[in-house]
Order: sequence, then structure tokens, then C-alpha cells
Amino acid sequence: MLVIRRDLVDAMVAHARRDHPDEACGVIAGPYGSDRPERFIEMENAERSPTFYRFDAAEQLKVWREMDANDEVPVVVYHSHTATEAYPSRTDISFAGEPEAHYVLVSTRDPIEHEVRSYRIVDGVVTEEPVKIIES
Amino acid sequence: MAVTVSIPTILRTHTGGEKSVSAAGTTLAEVIDDLENNHGGLKARLVKEGALHRFVNVYVNDEDVRFAGGLEAAVKDGDNVTILPAVAGG
Repeated sequence: MLVIRRDLVDAMVAHARRDHPDEACGVIAGPYGSDRPERFIEMENAERSPTFYRFDAAEQLKVWREMDANDEVPVVVYHSHTATEAYPSRTDISFAGEPEAHYVLVSTRDPIEHEVRSYRIVDGVVTEEPVKIIES
Repeated sequence: MAVTVSIPTILRTHTGGEKSVSAAGTTLAEVIDDLENNHGGLKARLVKEGALHRFVNVYVNDEDVRFAGGLEAAVKDGDNVTILPAVAGG
């Protein structure tokens, strides 16, 4: 289960809406071993595409170094789907390289209602998990 | 020629859980071959058909090797090689 503060969910949705129709992406870092997302980090989508996303490699190194220095890990890795449901695509599954992360998908295909769902992706196997939103 | 290689979580099964290991070589390709000798299975996770796998980012002292010759990127004694899984999808 992903337990996450409402303001962090709102921040992911706002980022996804702002970048629509391109996919938005980012991470939420949290203390190592806590499984608690805390520090919201928007990432550049180096692909600037409505169907693909990729963290900019230089920005990723910088952010990963910061997390290392703070004893943090990427608790949440999020991105948006702008025309399809919030379910991992085949490409999402083949690229998933953080077995400990919660992969959060935000769908902005509906202009009013958004969809936020969370998954574990380990060795090509997708497992959806409940999302518990706590008031900040 | 020893370099320090940072290993991401997903590949630590090949290094007995170690976050960073030492390896030798004068190019990234040699470093990866040396890694493979000591931590079998790593090379296949990094290299595909003679080129770096598109699922991984490799940096030599913070420089993305894609812009520095890929597998032929030069390394020297004391360099830091960082491996990170690319974060990407559709």
C-alpha cells in the first residue's frame, strides 16, 4: 500500500495537468527505509512527448546524488498518461528499474476527473496496490 | 588502473549487496569486462549487442558516457563510474 499526503497527490496532478498533452514525470523522495514519500521533485521529460517519458540523464544524476547525500530513496516514481488509463504500459514495465519504488500513474485523459493509481513493478510483474491519502 | 563503480539497487544481487565495487580498465568496456569477472551476470545487464543497454545510464565522473564515446569512453585511475537505471516509459 502507498500511504501519501494529499498535498503530494495534488502536486503530481497539478504537474500532469500543466504538461498535458505531454507526459509529466518526477519522483518523491523519502527517508531510506521509511517508505514515506516526502520531498516532491518534478523532473524534466527529456522526450517532451504525449506517449513517452524519460528523465534527463544529467538531471537524474544530480537528483540521485542529492538523495544519496540526504539518505533518501525514490519512494515514488510518477508519470502521467494523457490519453489512456492510469495503468503501466508495456514500455513502463520493460524500463522499470526501481523494484523498491511505488510507480504512480496519473491519467489526465479526462479534462475534469483525474485518476491516480499505484503499482509495484518487479521483474516485469505489475502489482496494483491501494493508495491511502492522508490529510497533510 | 582502479576505478570505483556505484551499483544501483536493482543490480546489487550481482555484487552481494555491495553499493560500490572496485574494477580495473582503461575504457568503460574493459571496466565492464573486469566487473563481469568478479560479479558474473552484470555485463548482460549493461551491454546488449556490443553497445550500452538503453535501460541504463552510465556516468564517468558525472559525465554521461553517451556523450563521451559510450563503451569506448576512457577511464583513469581513481575515476568514479556511476550506473543508474534509466527512468523512462510510455
